[in-house]
Amino acid sequence: MTLTRRSMLAASAAVPLTGLAAPALAQTGPIRIGMITTLSGPGAALGNDIRDGFNLVVKNASGRLGGLPVEVVIADDGLRPENGRAIAERMVRRDRIQVLTGIVFSNVMLAVAPVVLPAATYISANAGPSQLAGEGCNANYFNVAWQNDNLHEAVGQYVTQQNKQRAYILAPNYPAGRDALTGFKRFFKGEVIAEQYTRLDQLDYAAELAAIRNANPEAVYIFLPGGLGINFIKQYAAAGLRGRVPLYGPGFSFDQDVLPAVGEDALGCFNSSQWALDLPVPANRQFVDTFEREYGRLPSLYASQGYDAALLIGSAIAATRGRVGDRAAFAAALKRADFQSVRGQFRFGNNNHPIQTIYMREVVKDERGRIVNRTIGTAFQDHQDAYASQCKLA
Amino acid sequence: MDSLLLLEQTLNGLTLGVMLFLMAAGLTLIFGVMDVINLAHGSLYMLGAFAGATVTARTGSFALGVLAGVAASALIALLLELTLIRRLYARDHLDQVLVTYAVILIANESVKIVWGPQPIFLGTPEALAGSVEIIPGVPYPAYRLAIIGAGILAAAFLWWLIARTRLGMLIRAGTTHRAIVQALGVNIQVLFALVFAIGGALAGLAGMMAGPLLAVQVGMGEQILILTFVVVVVGGLGSVRGAMAGALLVGLVDTLSRAVLPTVLRGMMEPSAADQVAANLGAVAVYLLMALILAIRPQGLFPRHA
Repeated sequence: MTLTRRSMLAASAAVPLTGLAAPALAQTGPIRIGMITTLSGPGAALGNDIRDGFNLVVKNASGRLGGLPVEVVIADDGLRPENGRAIAERMVRRDRIQVLTGIVFSNVMLAVAPVVLPAATYISANAGPSQLAGEGCNANYFNVAWQNDNLHEAVGQYVTQQNKQRAYILAPNYPAGRDALTGFKRFFKGEVIAEQYTRLDQLDYAAELAAIRNANPEAVYIFLPGGLGINFIKQYAAAGLRGRVPLYGPGFSFDQDVLPAVGEDALGCFNSSQWALDLPVPANRQFVDTFEREYGRLPSLYASQGYDAALLIGSAIAATRGRVGDRAAFAAALKRADFQSVRGQFRFGNNNHPIQTIYMREVVKDERGRIVNRTIGTAFQDHQDAYASQCKLA
Repeated sequence: MDSLLLLEQTLNGLTLGVMLFLMAAGLTLIFGVMDVINLAHGSLYMLGAFAGATVTARTGSFALGVLAGVAASALIALLLELTLIRRLYARDHLDQVLVTYAVILIANESVKIVWGPQPIFLGTPEALAGSVEIIPGVPYPAYRLAIIGAGILAAAFLWWLIARTRLGMLIRAGTTHRAIVQALGVNIQVLFALVFAIGGALAGLAGMMAGPLLAVQVGMGEQILILTFVVVVVGGLGSVRGAMAGALLVGLVDTLSRAVLPTVLRGMMEPSAADQVAANLGAVAVYLLMALILAIRPQGLFPRHA
């Protein structure tokens, strides 16, 4: 309810901007890149970071990607699939934008894909639904972040490596929540003593925490995005469970978008990510430094994904000399992934999803007293998603 | 499930109930006295948490933060009443809903402009960070007990205000016989502005008390507002006593359904199906309660004009 109006306003506000340049002039003007992302409502912090990471690359190169001037056209989907779809229709059909990116949430992605993919190339900087990784993969759809299951699988693998036998796992009762726990269980070899599904609008976790203490597991795994995770982690610490039963999760619940808000209550929690603040990769040091200087805060994994998406698009613009309309050539250039990713090694599998290392991180306090992640090991090397074999692409 | 765990879960339900009461009391007071449906109550809750968290971060004192949160919400509520709500008394409830809904959107965007889209930090005060063994063998978070304490204090304050003071007498009279109160020369505008500010102060207190346990972020008000409305409807629109009963009932039903259902259902069907059914049933338990109470007592547990 609260999102509709605002998002419609935001969406309609984007119209005059995109409508100005006539399609015929597109070849001579800057290359336009459509960014549909979530900038209002509960998911706003995620879209905000993707946008800022993406814009940082463009800004560092004085408004260019791959050596050519670009214009990033930004619109807010307000986390509503129908808004995302309407924006995509406008961008693709009327404004003839041929490169799109930015969507945060899988439900928006699935609504937008049928509109975008017949006419344009989409580079996902976050959402990685299984529907677009397996049989439904597409030559014009690339994901530069991860397939949705990857980070959950990594924790399942790591908890097994740590020789923990009994796990209590918990996620909200919606498709992504059930997928998350399925991903965890795919690689966890011990016993799942309880698989608890909570409400998507849940505030109080006292009942679940009491049940966890009573069950006395060796590991607790949560997938609780955004504010849900903040609620849970704060209450986990208040209930005295932190330090007694190790808490694991995907990087989504433990990155710089939430850690400053959770504070010391998150210390000692373990999480997985394809990226980390402290990865000793030159491209990453430059990213973290320039991001902090530009925005006055530390980047999150979402920001790193936006940044990598811009680098990837830039590499393909350079390779095709700006002919983004030649979709076969542009896709071939993207697939080479000829860019310096902030996470180091990066390549695409046959289904245009990453084959990459997934790291494990621990939440610690750094020498400046900030709550950050420290990389403690790797869960997977060259990990590919479980759906790639169902994809017909080579 | 053993009896100690059940006792602990009951206590958890009471804590949630008290948190809901702090929210519902202000909402139902404003509705009862002024006949105004204030959807922006959640925004006052959010403002209380943001203002309180900011002051706590600057001064390091949680107590000062609580004062700041309460004061900020009361002040904003007063401003809202003077500029906007005042014009709505004679209007339809639907108009009130429309206007206060607009206030929600404006408040959310304003908070995002001032504080940014990221959630902000509000920790548990040092003195209340530990746990107390009020049930043998079960360490219970001290901060949750503090919330129960704050709720009891707020309830006592409201009882004293309404039952024992001249202002309270006018509030009671204004609820049931508004025209007569006006005819007797009471400045009803001042009374209403005061009531609205008190409602705002309660929302601010709720926001600040919830801060150490919940995410302090844009839109936090709407999440709790839905449950708050359930409480107010169950308790009886406009009745503070009803809000107390409704809040405790909703808190208990919500918590115990989540605590007990998985165990019970796992005894009846295979575990994965039991988990799924428990999750689905737990999600609607509170609304089933509301439907049940509305079927038996359409006016709620403690109707205003009873």
